[in-house]
Formats: sequence, C-alpha cells, structure tokens
Amino acid sequence: MRVELLWWEGCPSYERALDDLRAALAEQGSDPDSIEVRHIDSDEQAERERFPGSPTIRIDGEDVVAPGDGDPIGLTCRVYRLRDGRSSPTPDPADLREAIRRVHALDR
Amino acid sequence: MLSIGDRAQRFELPATDGQEHAFPADGRPTVVVFTCNHCPYALAWHDRIVQAAQDYDGADFVLVNPNDAERYPADSFDAMRERVEQDGGWPLPYLRDESQEVARAYGAKTTPDVFILDADGRLRYRGAPDPDYEDPSLNASWLREALDSVLEGEDPARPETDPVGCSVKWK
Repeated sequence: MRVELLWWEGCPSYERALDDLRAALAEQGSDPDSIEVRHIDSDEQAERERFPGSPTIRIDGEDVVAPGDGDPIGLTCRVYRLRDGRSSPTPDPADLREAIRRVHALDR
Repeated sequence: MLSIGDRAQRFELPATDGQEHAFPADGRPTVVVFTCNHCPYALAWHDRIVQAAQDYDGADFVLVNPNDAERYPADSFDAMRERVEQDGGWPLPYLRDESQEVARAYGAKTTPDVFILDADGRLRYRGAPDPDYEDPSLNASWLREALDSVLEGEDPARPETDPVGCSVKWK
C-alpha cells in the first residue's frame, strides 16, 4: 500500500493531517512511518501532481476524499467536510480509516 | 503594520451590499477581521464571528477579503457577493480589498486575522478569534474578552495571540 501526503506551506494543516494519518494507519495495522510526504511549492509542480490543495492524502494513487469536479488544481488550501457537516482544513479521521480499510480489503 | 497602541488609518472599501464602508468608525470600537471565501479556517470560524457581531451593539464589525482573486477566483468580488447572497445576507459588511493596501497597512497575515480598535481607532487586540477553530463552543472567546475590555475602557488582558489560518494570498 502506497500512502502519500502532499502539502503546501500556505496552509498550516499539514502537521495535523500527518498526525491523523499516522494514527489511522496504526489503528488499521499499517506502518505509520510508511507515509511519503511531498512538499508542493510551485504552480508547475501542482499541475504535474494534479494537486487540488493542501493537504492531499492519496492511498495507492487515490485521493481519500475525492475533490469535486470543478475544484481547481493549484496552490490552495482544501476545505474538507466533517461527518457532522462542519468545514475543516483536514479530512475527517473516520474517512481516513475507511479509505485504509477499503485498500486492505482489496489487497486480501 | 499596526502594533498594539497604534492608531489605524481610515480606509474606505466597497462591500458586497453595493455600499462603500469607511472604517474604523468614529467614536466607536471597530472589529476588523481579514477573512476570505476559500480558506477552511476562515469558514470554520465564520459563524462565531458573525454571532459576535450580532451580540455587540456597541461596536462596528467589518469583514475584509484581501486575497488575490486572479490566482484564487473563489475570493473574487463576484464570488463574495454570491456567498453572501446564498446565505440570505450577512449582518455585517463584507469588504473587498482589491489593492491589498488595507491588509498591508494592518499587517494581516492569515485568514482569519482579527484586529480590535478602540473608539480612538487604536489597536487593542490582534490575533485569532479563539483558541480552536474546531470547537464552535469557544464562541470567539478571545475576541469577546478583548472587546469587553475595550468597551469598558480597559486594556485587554490578552492583547495579542497568534493568528491561525491560511496565509493571505498576496499578488
């Protein structure tokens, strides 16, 4: 399982996202130190990586929370929706756990 | 850049309501919040700031969006108008700082970034609305605590906190 966290320094949510992702991986029996962390720092890199904003977490290449069709690619901060409906700079930890479980199920 | 005790320059900016709004207010405390449409921190704190504006009759509140709309179209003046319209109107003006002159004069760093000016237009508080964007029950407690002091003619016990949010998107 390949786990990537892409971030940009214009949003202070990176550390929180990394902590949540590590906790979710450990909880699901995966190595929390296996995360590939990549800093996105230019429009060109954002375009190349199809980066919809910071933080973006992908497991086996798939975004844990798919961005909307109209969401632009670029150096911006992502707005996530928590399961209780509130806006958040980071994904709901339950969404992280669910995405990891999904990949584990496919691997079996 | 404004420091605690500095007097703020008076600015006039266009708002989503079609009016030009001058601030700080004459003889009344003014709460100036730099904010925007696209930042999750600004969105998370928005309702708490609006509620504070509704709760304080003795102060003026203005929201100012300084972000570069060319790179961040979600923060264009049109997008600001659409957001307010979708909400059925806001009880405080949402101003567009197209030149970013106001944000530079204040030294705004993030969205949100709160500045509280006393009745003489002097800066008495600068920072975050409260300690945690994730906890609506905090109800903009730092903003309210500082504004209560200003309305009582006292210096806030906590004049500065670290603003937390997305960086202001400079041109």
